[in-house]
Amino acid sequence: MKKKFDLDNLDCANCAAKMEAAIKKIDGVEDASVNFLTQKMTLKADDARFDEILKEVVKCIKKVEPDCSVIL
Amino acid sequence: MNKKQKRTLVRIILAFVLLVGLIAAKELGFLRFLDGKWYAFVPFLVPYLLAGYDVILKAAKNIAHGQVFDENFLMMIATFGAFFVGEYPEAAGVMIFYQIGELFQGIAVGKSRRSIAALMDISPEYANVERDGKLEEVDPDEVHPGDFIVVKPGERIPLDGVVTEGASLVDTSSLTGESVPRSVRTGDEVISGCVNGQGTLRVQVTKEYEDSTVAKILELTENASSRKSPIENFITRFAKVYTPAVTIGAVLLAVLPPLLFHQDWMEWIRRACTFLVISCPCALVISVPLGFFGGIGAASRIGVLVKGSNFLEALAGAETMVFDKTGTLTKGEFKVQEIRAAEGISEEELLETAAYAESYSEHPIAEALRAAYRDMHQGDASLFDLSRVDSAKEIAGKGLSVELDGAPVLAGNAALLQGQGIEAPKENAAGTLVYIAKAGKYLGCLVIADSLKPEAREAVSALKAAGVRETVMLSGDRRETAEAIASELGLDSVYAELLPQDKVAKLEEIMSAGNARERTAYVGDGINDAPVLARADVGIAMGALGSDAAVEAADIVLMDDDVAKIAATRKIAKKTLRIVKENIWFALLVKFAVLILGAFGIANMWMATFADVGVAVIAILNSMRMLKKQS
Repeated sequence: MKKKFDLDNLDCANCAAKMEAAIKKIDGVEDASVNFLTQKMTLKADDARFDEILKEVVKCIKKVEPDCSVIL
Repeated sequence: MNKKQKRTLVRIILAFVLLVGLIAAKELGFLRFLDGKWYAFVPFLVPYLLAGYDVILKAAKNIAHGQVFDENFLMMIATFGAFFVGEYPEAAGVMIFYQIGELFQGIAVGKSRRSIAALMDISPEYANVERDGKLEEVDPDEVHPGDFIVVKPGERIPLDGVVTEGASLVDTSSLTGESVPRSVRTGDEVISGCVNGQGTLRVQVTKEYEDSTVAKILELTENASSRKSPIENFITRFAKVYTPAVTIGAVLLAVLPPLLFHQDWMEWIRRACTFLVISCPCALVISVPLGFFGGIGAASRIGVLVKGSNFLEALAGAETMVFDKTGTLTKGEFKVQEIRAAEGISEEELLETAAYAESYSEHPIAEALRAAYRDMHQGDASLFDLSRVDSAKEIAGKGLSVELDGAPVLAGNAALLQGQGIEAPKENAAGTLVYIAKAGKYLGCLVIADSLKPEAREAVSALKAAGVRETVMLSGDRRETAEAIASELGLDSVYAELLPQDKVAKLEEIMSAGNARERTAYVGDGINDAPVLARADVGIAMGALGSDAAVEAADIVLMDDDVAKIAATRKIAKKTLRIVKENIWFALLVKFAVLILGAFGIANMWMATFADVGVAVIAILNSMRMLKKQS
């Protein structure tokens, strides 16, 4: 399943790149992109565990950039 | 400014006032009691922490996560170093200056990002769907083909459909850049993303939201910034090595001269701190994609969809423009261009005979003849009396024979008439010639040709004026026709009588003839030349509003089919690339200059802070120029 999310307070381009790299490493994530310019994250992950994976992703984003949050 | 930025601004102002007070106190001698004491730095720690405590916190967190080459961390080390060597005002001042720069950068990026996003935002918020006789406001996702929706005045049309009631003028400018509204009535198709004018429309939905025009365009524009150009990729790679390299340089600078040449430790640590401040590649990492994003936004404002910054870069370097003929430079519809009646025959009689002769044919040429006859009589439809025509026969490859009012009529090429022993003069024309004979007598001939798009000539001359080296036309049409059009438009060369598969081969030939750094763009209507569009460095297609094939095959889509916009888009592409290059050179030169000056002890930490955040802000402002209205 592929879904798009808006991000709030994504302040720097470098952080976006770091986030993207970190999210891609999460188990079950097939593909992810964090677009600084459109402030959007696209997540492609395993259907069955999507919600679980999404929780991991949210945590991961907080870890890289504490100010940034995902609008669910 | 958002809340967070406002809070930062207040902190910066407070810290700045405090620092100025402290410096004044020191100069006036009020802090003399601290001289030589180990805790002399404490007063300066207050403005320092006030301005930069979040930098320190972030740095600490990131170290815990194992991210060492992080700008916060490097900034922390640099300022700690300044404290260590006894430059207290500098330490606090540099932190304040750095935060001002970061704040500016955040505001500028946020602003430009939003204004570009607004340019491209065509997504409808809701749809008014009819359910059980009542109107309900729902998400466009929840409406399905066959449902009826109502679009009120001023609302954005949420889904593609057909108008079943009402009439209005719709504004297509956010899709096509065309400012003249389009008039729609019952039975007309409407396209999602357009804004409704004064009338209320009842529309039957024909496509799911995810297949609708607006969803497709949004998908493309949102993905556009992820297709990176070579320059962007270079910057990303450069940024990865730049920070570690400068940091290692700083360490060497601090350690080697004192160890090897017995230099003063404090002096070289100070110089190393200058290095650390410049070590963030922010100016490049942010301004380059922002520049491209601005270029894509500027193109979308004139109704041109660019699918990635790589294509913008390729278009800027396109020195050869190859055009398809039919549907691109010409309208793709046949029209009677000339009526050459034989002596003693009126034009009207010739056209009437021709139109009746072809009255049963579905061929585009027959349609052109009938249309011309109707036009001659101001569209009077009752005019056609088909009972006058009898025993229509097609003569393969030659034309038709019919009986009109009992007299045998021939309509076709010269060979058809000669075959029946009718003398016909040899005529030459750019287009298809239809010879007409009635009752064994030659009546004259008609020239039928595709007509040029009115903007085609301007499009070609604008490209020439913009410095495109070569303009070429490929056509499947007859040589005479193709050459006549090419010379009328002032194209450099023309290849005619090409089968669809020949076009790819011809394009490859043209591409290999040019020099390797030049790019070749192909402009087509996207209907039957998808392989050619895909093969070219940049494929430009006519969007024909809603034509999926074109939108998918091409790299750049002209939403309103206006070929004159190619020159404008190329201009935008060139400007984008110029701005991006300016930013890169400016940032690199300033950074390297300050690095060298810093190593020799000439540049101080203030200059280094400027080289870092100041340059970033200037580069961002430079990228913003892309959004100014194009003349």
